[in-house]
Amino acid sequence: MANSSITQSTSRKGLFARGRGAGRQLEWWQQLLLQVFCLVVAVSVLFPIMWIVTLSFKEAGSQRSSTLELIPKSISLSSYQAVIDQPLSKTAGDISFWKLMGNSFFLAAGVSFFSVMIGVAAAYAFSRLNFVGRKFLFLSIGFILLMPGIATLAPLFAMLAKIRTSLEVLRIIYFVLAGLIVTGLILMTISRIRSDDFRAGSIAVVFGGLAVAGLLLWGGLGIDIPKNAKPFDLGRSLYGVGLAMISGALPFAIWNLKGYLDTIPKELEEAAIIDGASPNQIFFRIILPLATPALAVTAFLGFMAGWTEFALTARFINKAENYTLAIALQTMTGQYTTVSWSNFAAMSIMISLPVSIVYLALQKYIVGGLTLGGVKG
Amino acid sequence: MASAESSVERASESDLPRQSWWTRTRTSRTAYTYLFPALIVMAIITFYPIVYQFWMSLTDFGPSSINPNVANYKAPNYVGFENYRLILQDKLATVDADLNSFRFWRTLGFNIWWTFSNVIFHVSLGIVIAVMLNVEGLWFKKIYRAIYILPMVLPQLVIATIWRNMFDAKEGAVNLFLKIFLGPAIPEAGIDWLQRVEPVAFGLPLSYFAMLIANIWLGWPFMTIVATGALQSIPKELYEAASIDGATGWNKFWMITLPLLRPAMVPATILGIIQTFNLFHVIYFISGGGPLGQTEILVTQAYKLINGNSLFGIGAAFSVFIFIILGCISAITARISRVAESYDG
Repeated sequence: MANSSITQSTSRKGLFARGRGAGRQLEWWQQLLLQVFCLVVAVSVLFPIMWIVTLSFKEAGSQRSSTLELIPKSISLSSYQAVIDQPLSKTAGDISFWKLMGNSFFLAAGVSFFSVMIGVAAAYAFSRLNFVGRKFLFLSIGFILLMPGIATLAPLFAMLAKIRTSLEVLRIIYFVLAGLIVTGLILMTISRIRSDDFRAGSIAVVFGGLAVAGLLLWGGLGIDIPKNAKPFDLGRSLYGVGLAMISGALPFAIWNLKGYLDTIPKELEEAAIIDGASPNQIFFRIILPLATPALAVTAFLGFMAGWTEFALTARFINKAENYTLAIALQTMTGQYTTVSWSNFAAMSIMISLPVSIVYLALQKYIVGGLTLGGVKG
Repeated sequence: MASAESSVERASESDLPRQSWWTRTRTSRTAYTYLFPALIVMAIITFYPIVYQFWMSLTDFGPSSINPNVANYKAPNYVGFENYRLILQDKLATVDADLNSFRFWRTLGFNIWWTFSNVIFHVSLGIVIAVMLNVEGLWFKKIYRAIYILPMVLPQLVIATIWRNMFDAKEGAVNLFLKIFLGPAIPEAGIDWLQRVEPVAFGLPLSYFAMLIANIWLGWPFMTIVATGALQSIPKELYEAASIDGATGWNKFWMITLPLLRPAMVPATILGIIQTFNLFHVIYFISGGGPLGQTEILVTQAYKLINGNSLFGIGAAFSVFIFIILGCISAITARISRVAESYDG
């Protein structure tokens, strides 16, 4: 318990917390020494970042400089342009930058969406309901969480690469998923209307759900099946990579969300139980609304992991059209590549920027969650 | 979260002394309804592969054993514990000549040393910097905090590839930086950080030290954040009381700050140990395990067996070793922090 009180204060105050009692004055030499120390640390942190930023602002394809440059002399965006035009070298494969980004986004968003949706229900059960096998199941999830994803790469690859079907199956799965979502929405709407509780929030959920279902339908229709197409290789597609990634992302989501749900005070539910609420009502009316920030953070952490996932993707994917940003970045690394370093720098910045900005925006919640996870595991 | 078990359960069980089985298991049934989707998914793609992995590790599963529909399909043969024997006796070169430099015990030893040398730096630097940042009256605190979080914010993969290029022998930023200060002491061709085979200190090659630098850069901010949170919850009165009793700043650090940081730092350290032990990106992208496999850790070695050499059977056996070793490590650390109690919390 002592631990959790401390971590709660972390989540409340965060990194940007104001130091207590800023009134005290330091001796000038103390201030000077501390400033020097903090500056040295700051410079060491900024050194690689400034170097890469400066590199990225050089002319596309320019030679490596033989002197150290940490502040850009002139700003040219031609490296960014070059990467967007031709992310891979000609020999490595032909794929546009937007397609790379789309593949990474598809993987990351799909994996984090499914693991959070499935995970939050399981986390609720672990956090609030007592049942046979609770401790055993939760500890086995914790054990899985300790294992690196690579430790189950061999069986996952062997399993998924065996599955070859026609693309039709994929389309059917998309349609079934969309159907399930629509059915769920209809049931929810009916029950809400019956209990006279159909409010703005419900309308938003209905529209959000319909949008997802629409996307699935559109995706299913969008799968074009050429005549005498090759059978669909699950182990060689982004869907296979996604499945393999969920095997690690789902335990993480359950564990992380359970930690958050544990911090939601019990009093609210106890009041609801006195009013005759069932576990379902508690979950949908109390827990889910209160856990929205936790859901967002867990989904984002899953997204960040998926956005730069390398090991699984590199094993599974063998066609350039399915490459992701991480694979593209790897082909640009090192001294023997044909890609210029300024292109590499531009690429790494373009990969980092979207996730880093969201990370900074969510940082207050993320930091609290990370330390919470630390206490738990 | 302690002892207050679900009140949902209390409400349903306290009504009557004898209830039918159906009524008594009601909460369990509700719970399993909520667990159902997660359990199904995990049974298929998490738990089943672990079992399958064990079976694979007992066979000579190779690249052509995967798909039964192709022409050169070769069904995996049961070979008993042959794969385990090959790994423990470093005889993998008999299967694939690429694996000449494979040494199981050296890899394991290096992995443990890598973990501890990193985490010690992370924790001590993290605490020192957090304490410095927490000094009252320090100027520009907010700016420093905003800068210090950057290593955590950037994706690890990108950081690893950037450091790989920074340590490049030709025109890498680190060599250029050293040239400014050491000038002619740096050889004309630059220091070959990543490929130099001869060990430089402690029997470890230069690439270990390069990765240590990169990973210290990467790891300390997390510890600083955890320590900052804990520092801010230490009541000021303790320090005032200690000052009245005549304690010096140094005394206060050892007698108040460190003991009160401990409850937050122990779990964070354990998390750090597990993460550093499995730190794939840094090793794989910076040194690639080289030179001659001297800086290989267990996960990168497993990955190479599976991805580079397509030796699925041996890779599976190697992964089983990883499971066992990590199981031991987590058992030890769980005992240290007595996490076991807080699970049920």
